Amino acid sequence: MARRSIAIYGKGGIGKSTTTQNTVAALAEAGKKIMVVGCDPKADSTRLLLGGLAQKTVLDTLRDEGGDEVDLNEILRPGYGNVQCTESGGPEPGVGCAGRGIITSINLLEQLGAYDQELDYVFYDVLGDVVCGGFAMPIREGKAKEIYIVCSGEMMAMYAANNISKGVVKFAQAGGVRLGGIICNSRKVDNEQEMIEEFAKRLGTQMIHFVPRNNDVQRAEINRKTVIEWNPACPQADEYRALAKAIDENQKFVVPTPLPMDDLEKLLIDFGLVDGVAPGTEVVA
Amino acid sequence: MSIDPRVLKEEILQIYPKKLRQKRSESIVINEHREDGTVPEIKANVRSNPGIITQRGCTYAGCKGVVIGPSRDILSLVHGPIGCSFYAWLTRRNQTRPESLEAQNFINYCLSTDMQEENIVFGGEKKLKEAVREAFHLFHPKAIAIFSTCPVGLIGDDVHAVAREMKAELGINIFGFSCEGYRGVSQSAGHHIANNGLFKHIIGNDETEHSEKFKINLLGEYNIGGDGFVLEDILTRCGVKQISTFSGNSTYATMANSHTADLNLVMCHRSINYVAEMMEKRFGIPWMKVNFIGATATAKSLRRIGEYFEDDGLKARIEEVIAEEMAKVEAVQAVVKSRCQGKTAMLFVGGSRAHHYQQLFTEIGMKTVVAGYEFGHRDDYEGRKVLPGLKVDADSKNIEELDVVPDPERYRARRTPEQIAKLEAMSEMEFRDYVGMMPEMDNDAMVIDDISHYETERILEAYRPDVFCAGIKEKFGVQKMGIPCKQLHSYDYGGPYAGFAGAINFFNDIDRLVNMKIWRYATPPWQPPTQQPEQVAAD
Repeated sequence: MARRSIAIYGKGGIGKSTTTQNTVAALAEAGKKIMVVGCDPKADSTRLLLGGLAQKTVLDTLRDEGGDEVDLNEILRPGYGNVQCTESGGPEPGVGCAGRGIITSINLLEQLGAYDQELDYVFYDVLGDVVCGGFAMPIREGKAKEIYIVCSGEMMAMYAANNISKGVVKFAQAGGVRLGGIICNSRKVDNEQEMIEEFAKRLGTQMIHFVPRNNDVQRAEINRKTVIEWNPACPQADEYRALAKAIDENQKFVVPTPLPMDDLEKLLIDFGLVDGVAPGTEVVA
Repeated sequence: MSIDPRVLKEEILQIYPKKLRQKRSESIVINEHREDGTVPEIKANVRSNPGIITQRGCTYAGCKGVVIGPSRDILSLVHGPIGCSFYAWLTRRNQTRPESLEAQNFINYCLSTDMQEENIVFGGEKKLKEAVREAFHLFHPKAIAIFSTCPVGLIGDDVHAVAREMKAELGINIFGFSCEGYRGVSQSAGHHIANNGLFKHIIGNDETEHSEKFKINLLGEYNIGGDGFVLEDILTRCGVKQISTFSGNSTYATMANSHTADLNLVMCHRSINYVAEMMEKRFGIPWMKVNFIGATATAKSLRRIGEYFEDDGLKARIEEVIAEEMAKVEAVQAVVKSRCQGKTAMLFVGGSRAHHYQQLFTEIGMKTVVAGYEFGHRDDYEGRKVLPGLKVDADSKNIEELDVVPDPERYRARRTPEQIAKLEAMSEMEFRDYVGMMPEMDNDAMVIDDISHYETERILEAYRPDVFCAGIKEKFGVQKMGIPCKQLHSYDYGGPYAGFAGAINFFNDIDRLVNMKIWRYATPPWQPPTQQPEQVAAD
């Protein structure tokens, strides 16, 4: 299959890294060759695949060895299912420029030949708030072609998803990146599935999967594992397999149509932020 | 050929899109001396419009390049990528003369932290500290100034914290400037930031006393081409002691000691008025706007110094110096004037030069038809009296204003309010005042702020002046239009032009520039010859 490059965005803390790693595990189980590039200074995007935090980040090598004489094997390590894992890294909180760090690390990975392997998938896990140009590096020309936004039925998560869509529009026009869908990572909000389905539709895309909330995810995390590795037979593992399959078979790639704020708020109201009101009922504030 | 400037203004504005047309129409003004003593309001010190090809430079240039840089024994360390310091290495003609070959002089050095990608990503404070230590051990300066360039503000490197820490570690005066290039709309923001730094960290640190009776500082004199040398010489001959300039040919010690003077003289109002005001508030030193560009202007300024000190001996010596010098000036002036009378000039440069150099042209009978500043504010155009009504926009609010109170031990009003009032009652003895450029230009003169490349071409086509004064960025475009361009930032590597000797230099240089017929000897290959060489020689 032709290599697919996918970037995962979404509000901070919504479950991007968790969802990405669990989905990647399912794809690996199905025999795909995958590389995961963590784009977060916290360098915690591959913990579940490696069984612990990465030892050395790409930017560590820049700092320590000045970019020369770097061994790709030190910064690109195989994890569960032989998924190739690498972390950009970045400055500690309060100093430097993490956005510039992401730009630099992806360039460095290219130079080092990380992309020269045979791969079915490259996943970019990008930190929550795309606060500056640097964090859009993965969706620039020649990098990720598809984006999935992780979201829940909470107002702030949807605001963030809508906002990120505005950024996607800009890069979609300049390069070839498209939105592949919204992944709903459930927070057990009332009418969550219907609301996210409608939200996705208004954005011009689809809710590609509804991932139910389940404590098995936390249990697996504590054990530094994805759900599939920790307990392949549990129902949550099947959810991630379904999500992986949906992504693998996805044909719907769009330039999103972000909502104006008023419309987004109306959507939230219509779909049951107010107790005891049936969906679709007009609410006068 | 008579040009109606109002008609010309409308013609020029036609090409602009509507929004830009509105903006530029407020910055192009036709001068008018109104009965109530005011002049038309001009919009100045606002952001340049994209695409305009402005003359302006950046905030870092105004801070490091203009105000602090000329001081020879303050080690100027630039924190940033190499370009900012490399392209500012000996590019300005602020000359300096150390007391001896062994005396400290860092003007010839280019000192930079040479920030690399790694420093941007992980922060550059560690490298900055190392650079400061290295500079200290190499040069043992009395003071180190750290200048921020654009990336420093983006990544949040705290140069002030580093300066404090290194000051404690090394025991010398170290201070930082947040003068990132984008901080303000022009060099002017950099001047202001530099003035704040001078006042916070340098002025008042040295209590050396001087026995001389008449002590002044010369503010806003950068010793371009040796201007400062000429002026110090004149003042010395008059018996006036110059404690410090700000900042041409100055040292850390002279500036630290400057609060012991009894009078501040302000040459370049735009770049240094802040220090003048603050020194008056903190130490009680009055300030006067002077002009040492032009022989008549120089004589007038010297006489005002004499009036201030109210000493007959001083006044007598001043008259002697004036008489001696003016004799030399008048000889040259008469000859040059006979050739230059009636010719025209334009000046678009700086924040004070475009005004003061008009004086030199007047002395040889040349008229300034259009002028404007690069980075002047409304008070530089219309006079300080508009200051109370000035609207401070967001770009200017960004620059710190220091809260200054009288120094508890050292405040000493050099003159009482009554004495000041008595002096001001005399003709042309205003303190703390500057009339601005427009009151001293003709009615119907065109005044353009932050002139665009297009506007420059249009007025050159319309007026065909005999000389256009600007800087290096404008020089060749103008000369390609067949009009001589005199650089007033670099003096075309000539000068000095200040004082009496400087006026003579200027007269001669302009004479050559505007009366040179050399280009008429040259025929471009695509044109038939218009004049025979013999005819030209006969002209």
